[in-house]
Amino acid sequence: MRIIKSQKIRAAVSALCVKANLFLQPDILALLKAAQKKEKSKRAQEILASIIKNAAYARQNKLAICQDTGMPIVFLQIGQDVRIAGSLAAAVNQGVADGYRQASLRNSIIQDPLARGKSGFTPAVIHTEIIAGNKIKITVLPKGFGCENKTQLKMFKPTAGIAEIKKFILDAVKSAGPDACPPYVVGVGIGGTADYACLLAKKALLGKTSTKLEADLLKEINKLNIGPMGLGGKTTALAVKVKTYPTHIAGLPVCVNISCHATRSASRVI
Amino acid sequence: MKDFHDLKIGQQIKFSGTVYTARDQAHKRLVSAIKANKKIPFDLKGAIIYYCGPTKTPKGKVIGACGPTTSSRMDEFAPILLRQGVSAMIGKGNRSPEVVKAVKQYRGIYFLTYAGCGALLAKCVKAKKLIAYADLGPEAIYKLEVKDFPLIVGIDAKGRNIYGKN
Ligand code: SF4
Repeated sequence: MRIIKSQKIRAAVSALCVKANLFLQPDILALLKAAQKKEKSKRAQEILASIIKNAAYARQNKLAICQDTGMPIVFLQIGQDVRIAGSLAAAVNQGVADGYRQASLRNSIIQDPLARGKSGFTPAVIHTEIIAGNKIKITVLPKGFGCENKTQLKMFKPTAGIAEIKKFILDAVKSAGPDACPPYVVGVGIGGTADYACLLAKKALLGKTSTKLEADLLKEINKLNIGPMGLGGKTTALAVKVKTYPTHIAGLPVCVNISCHATRSASRVI
Repeated sequence: MKDFHDLKIGQQIKFSGTVYTARDQAHKRLVSAIKANKKIPFDLKGAIIYYCGPTKTPKGKVIGACGPTTSSRMDEFAPILLRQGVSAMIGKGNRSPEVVKAVKQYRGIYFLTYAGCGALLAKCVKAKKLIAYADLGPEAIYKLEVKDFPLIVGIDAKGRNIYGKN
């Protein structure tokens, strides 16, 4: 049994909030640069260039990449041989508040979804998972709502074919259109239950791409000619990432989570 | 006041002057004030509205990241503001047919600016002043003085839409 003090979690979450919001991930930056080379249209090239410039400017001047510093989502993979001393949820939320305050990020969270009211930095959405070992892996994903608003869930029949599912994913991208800051990273969750498919789609954003399905989807999405800022071009998405999970004989849940070109995240193991 | 009437969709300009930030809740309040014949916190005639909610302002800076938010959420309010004389809107993404129609009717204009480039756009902001609705935090109305702020015409005064028919 390893004891981890909640204060250590608080400090790590705080640092990860700052890192995720100020420094665009190298893999996204690399995809943006590759896309810029592929684009023929001058406008698409210009927009991609300014997105790349924006990331550099944010880094150098310690500014947020985007003013929508998201709803902070914190994934905790907790080793089963860990005992946490102190309150975990409090530590995570204090860590978020520390990081967001320190980096002058945006207070976008309102306490009551109906009454709305004054906004603050917290609470975060927290997902915990128990894994083997005696460490904790913390991942912070600040999710902007321009793109989160474009999420789509569909409960397919178990007899549905892959063509139907692909069409649903393509339609979700089409309906996001120019609004959610393309080029997108498209997260897809397939299987589980309705709620679990949504979580898979969100988690997919953090993963790597490897399958033919992902490559095929990316190709088809990039034929839609939505392009950077929706003004046309070959780069409608930077990546498509699919995560699957076993499901029930009677169903086939599919969730599409659209993420913008400012797909941000940072992780640390403690 | 700059005249935007001759600009065409797709044209790119650099704007220097005054814009007012307003997004969801500020729009809701402005429109209910208009409907109730109450006083509006700034002169809407000729005003340029920027759909933006900046981050907190880092020490020593004029403003934090301040890119555009999704314009379509303001679609139900925009025609009412255009009727009151708002001259231009700045945001990101497509608009409803009603907004396109209102832009044409009131000879307004809708601009896009670089979406998701809030850090870079902060460079163009030279001054920021709180005007109203401080309790809304990032959704308060701020008066911004901008210099060489990049704009792309999304809907022009003739009612043409860069994103085509919708
Ligand atoms: S969709 Fe993404 S890049 Fe666009 S404003 Fe929202 S967080 Fe920023």
